[in-house]
Amino acid sequence: MSDFDAGTGATAGGSAALAAAQAQLKKIKKQKVLLMGKSGSGKSSMRSIIFSNYVAKDTRRLGATIDIDLSHVKFLGNLTLNLWDCGGQEAFMENYLSQQRSHVFSNVGVLIYVFDIKSGEWERDLGTYVNIISALVQYSREAQVFILIHKMDLVARNHREADYEAAVAAVRRKTAEACAIVRRLRNDSGAATKLSSSSSQQPPGGSSSGAGDLDLDVDVQFFATSIWDQSLYKAWASIIHDLVPNLPIIETQLASLGQAVDADEILLFERTSFLVVSKWTSQEGDSNPYGDRFERMSNILKAWKHTCSSFTGTPRNAEQFSDFEYRMGTSFSMFVTKFTTNTFILVCLPPGEARFNSAKLNVAAARPWFKYLDGPVVPPGSSQGPGVPAGSGYGGGGGGGAGEMGMGPPEN
Amino acid sequence: MSSSSAPGAGDPVPIDDGDRPSRPRPVRFISPAVLNLHRVYEQDQQRIQNKDGVKVPDPTVAQVKGKPRLLIMGQKGSGKSSISSVVFHKLPAAETLFMESTARIQKDSLNSFMEFQVWDFPGQIDIFNNPSYSFDLDAIFGEVGALIWVIDALDDYSESISRLNMTVVHLQRSYPHITIEVLVHKVDSLTEDYRGEIVREVELRTLDELGDLGVENAPISFHLTSIYNHSIFEAFSKVIQKLIPRLGQLEAMLTSLCRTCRFEKAYLFDVNTKIYIASDSTPEDTTSYVICSDYVDVIIDLTEVYGSWPRSQQWRDRLEGEPFNQTLEEQVGCEWAESVMVLADSKRPIMLREVDRFLALVAIMKEGSYDKMAQINMNVDVVVKGLTDFFEITRAGEKSRTGQEMVGQLPQN
Repeated sequence: MSDFDAGTGATAGGSAALAAAQAQLKKIKKQKVLLMGKSGSGKSSMRSIIFSNYVAKDTRRLGATIDIDLSHVKFLGNLTLNLWDCGGQEAFMENYLSQQRSHVFSNVGVLIYVFDIKSGEWERDLGTYVNIISALVQYSREAQVFILIHKMDLVARNHREADYEAAVAAVRRKTAEACAIVRRLRNDSGAATKLSSSSSQQPPGGSSSGAGDLDLDVDVQFFATSIWDQSLYKAWASIIHDLVPNLPIIETQLASLGQAVDADEILLFERTSFLVVSKWTSQEGDSNPYGDRFERMSNILKAWKHTCSSFTGTPRNAEQFSDFEYRMGTSFSMFVTKFTTNTFILVCLPPGEARFNSAKLNVAAARPWFKYLDGPVVPPGSSQGPGVPAGSGYGGGGGGGAGEMGMGPPEN
Repeated sequence: MSSSSAPGAGDPVPIDDGDRPSRPRPVRFISPAVLNLHRVYEQDQQRIQNKDGVKVPDPTVAQVKGKPRLLIMGQKGSGKSSISSVVFHKLPAAETLFMESTARIQKDSLNSFMEFQVWDFPGQIDIFNNPSYSFDLDAIFGEVGALIWVIDALDDYSESISRLNMTVVHLQRSYPHITIEVLVHKVDSLTEDYRGEIVREVELRTLDELGDLGVENAPISFHLTSIYNHSIFEAFSKVIQKLIPRLGQLEAMLTSLCRTCRFEKAYLFDVNTKIYIASDSTPEDTTSYVICSDYVDVIIDLTEVYGSWPRSQQWRDRLEGEPFNQTLEEQVGCEWAESVMVLADSKRPIMLREVDRFLALVAIMKEGSYDKMAQINMNVDVVVKGLTDFFEITRAGEKSRTGQEMVGQLPQN
C-alpha cells in the first residue's frame, strides 16, 4: 500500500525512526472513541455540534440515541475517529456492561464520559460511572479518560466554580474506587492475567499504584462544558490534540513559520470541526489577556460557517469560505485561509501592509512543509523532525490496529 | 411587509427630490440661493410655532434641534422592554425571559451616528386617558420620531388594535409627523404561512377600524418580528431609516458604489445595534442582510480578542525599526478596519469597511471580484469619504455638499 511506498522513498537517514512512525500511524489511524454518560446528558448534541456543524439550538431536534450510534469521523485525512455514541438509558448501559462488555470496552483509545451537572440523581450517575470505568480498565487499561461536566450554562454564574469543583472531587474519588475494585479482582484471580501488551509508554501523568506490578490508575482529565459557549471546543480540542499524528513536527514547523513571517499568533484548525489542531504564539502574543481565545476562534468561525451555509444554500458540512483578511488599522492584522486539504490556518500579525502581504505569500509557500498533515506521508529526513513522533502513549489500539492496515490513503 | 406608508419624516426635503438613485453621481449640487431659501423657510416655521405655542407639523422637514425619538408602546407583556434591551443593549434574546415588567417610562438615549431617544412605555398606562396624571403630550410627541406599537401575535390582539387606533386618531389630529410602525411580535414559533395570515389580519382590522373612525391614509407600516432572529433588527432598520434626513442621498451613494464596483448588495451598518441605516436601491433581501450583519459580529469578536489590549513598547519599536523604518501609522494602508471574506460558493467575496466609530460599510460582491480588490478599495475609500462628509454636514445641519468622482470604472466582464 502507499504507506509503504512513502516509507521506502524517504531518506535512509531515519529508517528506524520511520518504521516507528509508520507503526504508530497505523496504530492510531483508527481510534475507537467511546462517548458515554447518562441519557439526556448531551452526548449526541455535542457530537453534532463538533462534527456535523449543528448550531446549539439545532440540537433540540435530536431524539434519544438508541443503543450505539457508530460514526466514522474523518479527522485530518489520515486519522479516522471511530466514534461510539452510546445511548445512555439504563437498559442500554446494563447491556454494555454485561453482554456487550468485551465488544464495547476492548481497544478503546479514548473514553469521553459526560456528566449532567443538573442531574437530580448524582449518586446514581456516579455508581454507573464506577461500573463503566471498571469495565474500561479491565479491557483497555491504557485508554485516556475525559470527563465533561456538562450543561454548565444551567448553573448560576456565581456558583459555577464551586459546583464544578465539587463534581470533579466526587468523580475523582469514584475513579480511584473503581480502580481499587479492579485491582482487588485481579489480585484475587491471580496476578498472572497480565496483559500481553508490552507497551512501556505509560503517560507520565499516571502515578503508579502501590502494588507496582500493575499500573491501574486512570489518568483523567476534567472539563466544564456547555454547548452554548466556547467551552465545548476547549474540551474537544484537548481530546483530539493527543490523537493528532506527527504533532511534535507540526508544532516545530508552525513555530518556524511563525518566526519567519513575524506573526504574533498562528492557529491551525481542522477543516470541518474547526477544532484547534496546533497553535503557536509569539512572546508578545502571550500577553493577550484572553486565555480562552483558541476555543473562541473555533466558536466564532464555526458560527460564521453556519451563517454562510444558510446564505449560499450549500450543505453545512461543505467548505464555506476560502479566504478571510482583516486589517484593523494600527492595531493588528490577521488572515484565515485554507491551508492544506484538511486544515485552515489563522495568522495574526502586527499591523502593516507590507508585512501582511508578504506573510500571505509566505504562508502559501509553506504549504508543502505541512503536506503530511493530509495523508499518511512521513516527513522526510531528520533535518525537519528531530522529534519523530515519539510514543505519545497510545497502546490502546494494540492488536486492533493491525486489522485496519488494509485502509488505503484517504481520498481527498 | 410594509404597506400604506404615507410620506414620513425620512423622505427627502423638497429641494432634494430631483436626486434619483439612477443618477451617475452620488450627490447633487445645490446652489447657495436655494439653500438660503430653505433656511428662511425653516426659521419661519419655528417662529410660527413659538408664537402660537402649537406645534406646526411639517412632515417633510426633519428638525435640526432635538433628537429623533422612538416611542415603544403596546399592551402589557407584549415584549416592549425585551425589544429595546435586545436591540439597543445587546442583551441575548434568551435572557429576556427574566425581565420584570416596566413600571414607568424608561427613557434611553442612544449615541450613534445620530442621537436617538428610546422611550419605553409601560403597557398598563393609557397616556391619553389617565385619571391620575395627565401627560404632557407635547413633550412626548413633539419631536420627530416614530411610534412603535408592539402586538403580541400569540395573544388576543383585538384590544391592542383598538388602543392602537385610539392612539393613531390622537396622533393624526395633533402630531401627524409621527410615523406609526406596528410590530406583529413573537412570531418565531409560527409557521411561515400563518405569519403572513396574521399580519394580513392585523393590518386589515386596523385599517378597517381606522376607516370607521374617519382616519384615512394614516402613515402606518406593519412588520413581522421576533427577538430570536434578525427580523427585529430589520424592522428597526426600516423604522430608523425613515427618521434619517436625506436618506435618498445615502442610498444614492451606495447604489452608485454598487454599480461601479459590481456589488450585489451594500449596507451601511450601525455597528453597535446591527441596524442598517441605508442600503443600495436593489430589492430587500433578508438573507444578505443576515450574512452581512453576522459578518459585523465576526469582526467585532475578532477585534475584541486581538485588538483590545495594548502591545508593549518593545514590540512597537521592533516593528518600526529595520527593515521598514516607518511608524506603524505609515505602514498601514487604512486607519480603520477593513476586511474581506471569500465565500467558497462561487467565490463571492464579502467586504467590510469601517466608516467611523459607529458605522461600517458591508457589501456582498459578485463572483471573481477578489482579484480587483485594490481598485475596489480605492472606490470604497471615495465613498467612505463621501459618507463621512455627509454625516458631518447633516450633524451640523448645514449646507449640502458636492459629490466626488469615482476612480475609474471597473471593466465589465
